[in-house]
Amino acid sequence: MGRKLLLDKAHIEGIRYYDVYRKNGGYAAAEKALKSMSPDLVTEEVKKSGLRGRGGAGFPTGLKWSFLAKPEGVPRYLVCNADESEPGTFKDRYLMEFIPHLLIEGLLISSFALGANRTYIYIRGEYAWIPDILEEAIAEAHKNGWLGKNIQGTGFDLDIYVQRGAGAYICGEETALIESLEGKRGNPRIKPPFPAVKGLWQCPTVVNNVETLAAVVPIINIGGDEYAKYGTGKSTGTKLISACGNLNKPGVYEIDMSISVEEFIYSDEYCGGIPNGKRLKACIPGGSSVPILPANLLLKTAKGEQRMMTYESLNDGGFATGSMMGSGGFIVLDEDQCVVRHTMSLARFYHHESCGQCSPCREGTGWMKKVLLNIENGKGKESDIDLLWDIQRRIEGNTICPLGDAAAWPVAAAIRHFRDEFEWHVRHPEEAVKRNFGLAHYADPLPVAAPAAAV
Amino acid sequence: MAEEKKLFKVTIDNIPVEVEPGTTILNAARMIGGDVVPPAMCYYSKLQGSGGKCRTCLVKVSKGSDADPRPMPKLVASCRTTVMDGMEVANITSPEVLDARKGVVEFLLLNHPLDCPVCDQAGECDLQDLSYEHGVSSTRYEFKRRTFDKIDIGDHIKLHMTRCILCYRCVFTADQLTNKREHGILGRGDASEISTYIKNSLDNDFIGNVIDVCPVGALTDRTARFKNRVWFLKPVDAHCTCDKCSGKAVLWMRGDEIFRVTARKDKYGEVEEFICDTCRFERKDAKDWVIEGPRKVSRHSVISQGHYVGTRKPQETIARVMDGRAPKLLMDIHSVSEVNMPAVDLSKIDGPAHSNDFPKNNGAQ
Repeated sequence: MGRKLLLDKAHIEGIRYYDVYRKNGGYAAAEKALKSMSPDLVTEEVKKSGLRGRGGAGFPTGLKWSFLAKPEGVPRYLVCNADESEPGTFKDRYLMEFIPHLLIEGLLISSFALGANRTYIYIRGEYAWIPDILEEAIAEAHKNGWLGKNIQGTGFDLDIYVQRGAGAYICGEETALIESLEGKRGNPRIKPPFPAVKGLWQCPTVVNNVETLAAVVPIINIGGDEYAKYGTGKSTGTKLISACGNLNKPGVYEIDMSISVEEFIYSDEYCGGIPNGKRLKACIPGGSSVPILPANLLLKTAKGEQRMMTYESLNDGGFATGSMMGSGGFIVLDEDQCVVRHTMSLARFYHHESCGQCSPCREGTGWMKKVLLNIENGKGKESDIDLLWDIQRRIEGNTICPLGDAAAWPVAAAIRHFRDEFEWHVRHPEEAVKRNFGLAHYADPLPVAAPAAAV
Repeated sequence: MAEEKKLFKVTIDNIPVEVEPGTTILNAARMIGGDVVPPAMCYYSKLQGSGGKCRTCLVKVSKGSDADPRPMPKLVASCRTTVMDGMEVANITSPEVLDARKGVVEFLLLNHPLDCPVCDQAGECDLQDLSYEHGVSSTRYEFKRRTFDKIDIGDHIKLHMTRCILCYRCVFTADQLTNKREHGILGRGDASEISTYIKNSLDNDFIGNVIDVCPVGALTDRTARFKNRVWFLKPVDAHCTCDKCSGKAVLWMRGDEIFRVTARKDKYGEVEEFICDTCRFERKDAKDWVIEGPRKVSRHSVISQGHYVGTRKPQETIARVMDGRAPKLLMDIHSVSEVNMPAVDLSKIDGPAHSNDFPKNNGAQ
């Protein structure tokens, strides 16, 4: 049984409400932090824990906090990024819906560590019912003296505001989020300056994911060193994975980052295998932006090692044979799924969500979508595959924000690993609109290069 | 003596230059000048916050600084990246940069209508220059280009959104020159468009400057639309006494007729001083202006065709090589044709040459 830190009490009836949450050990971490620790000590604990940002990039949280500029007389802000719009990712929603007080407590401790007296939760507009849950939790926390002026007699003030977005994926990018929070059009800013220096209203700002901030609570509870014992290597602690697609038991799972991908998909404790006895064809292990992997590369790395559910192992082999942990949106495709159609659907998403500020992303995403639509509808040409490769190559890395990269990577990976399927679509257009390419050789074990002779 | 400022040493395409801290790579390259200057479609030195959007000015930073010599992982927008001491930048010496720039030009032209033959901007269009230098001759785009309806924003300005490359220059201009924010971007992605608040007309004394900052033909002057091609007009520097602006402008004339008034632009296509709408749209009579003299236009520009500035006639060498003797001509062309009539100097005619510029009776005055 995997150990849990975030969702260990999620099953308790009424944990959404303050009384139940408090009775089950809630706000103990906040009490400990505010009354017996200094802000620097909290940051130090988070650094020790090795916690990495759960929003997708995996940047060490403690390090991010220590970059925050602290000029005199200028307010600092903490912003919680709850604009979870990545296709396939729905872990933050679960957290906010079921244990909102965990997030509030995490925000309280983090704001204390950063010296922020105002904290914003920027929540995705489509999560229409969650702001009510959060507002209720905030009101309860206020009533019980965990928010407002002079919290629990410690002299620390904090107010948390919930701000709803208007449903733009790009507002999950931290600088676009800040622009949107300021009431402007959600265009990503050009960096530098980074938000840690000039963020919200030109003041130093830290933007963290919901899960990252919630994870601060167990870190303070059990201590950074103890937290670092969970997981493997530099992937410490537990991670929420939202599994979806062709799975027997899709849903949000909290995993200790020490299990293998195979165990996660097939064991009864987690996803319970693929329904109807189908075989695994491909998987996107970290939300729609990360490269897709065929079954053989997903379960074993190119070196023939077991692939684990960790930041490092999923990234093993770089983009040539690896992928990324991303935000933990685990999308599984069985043998009946068409990779071309799937890629087209993602390209359509990124075309729709591009903000239109910089030219490669604005024009390139639409172009990729149209070419992919042609291939999918049996109107493609052989040269279209190379054209797609060329377009994605020229978008990647040349844009202001990572949305350009996120649009380019899925297309690049699909062509890299599933070129056969694209070619089959182009060469057999009539067949391609009627049936799928099937599993083909995508699950065959890969020949492992003999390890270099030991010196 | 004032305290000496420490200057940063930067190398751009192996050319060293010393600049003040806080200068952007693009401005450092402009100090060197010539071919190493990256093209800029959205950056405008007079507008705060502009730049970083079009991605044509991408350069490679092969060495971050003396203190931290690591190269930057990605190509950076030179208009928004400030220099560091000891930075090494590769622009035209990096094949990667040139390839990326080619890609950006292709993206910019993807949905551009390429209606240059009927576009008023043709001849002074940044996108034309850019695609001439970095673009390819044909497109790989096989789909319908996006189109928008033309709209009038105000009495004097026509917005032709189809041509727009979304550089945001006009948005910054309207924001920074005028006091009301009613000109901005609507929509998202490739459907985003420049528009005004509920199709309001723009009325401000300086709003006409959005025409000058537009790098393409998306914003044009309705008082000069379709009146004449820019290369048939002669730009002259002129000034007037104006209570709103400096009154320093360029008149685009043919004979005594003023077709268009614009602000004076430097060699990077940037306005030197913004002018007011009265000067731009209403002072179309030569009597309103004091003409200073012809505007210097780069001799590579199509605008300077037909009027050559500072040309030197080739030296007559025949007499010298023949020891002072005159050549013996079988036939003098001037005895039968009016071509090269010494009495008529084409470069000194106002406007294009007409038949009545030449004497009718075979040279005999």
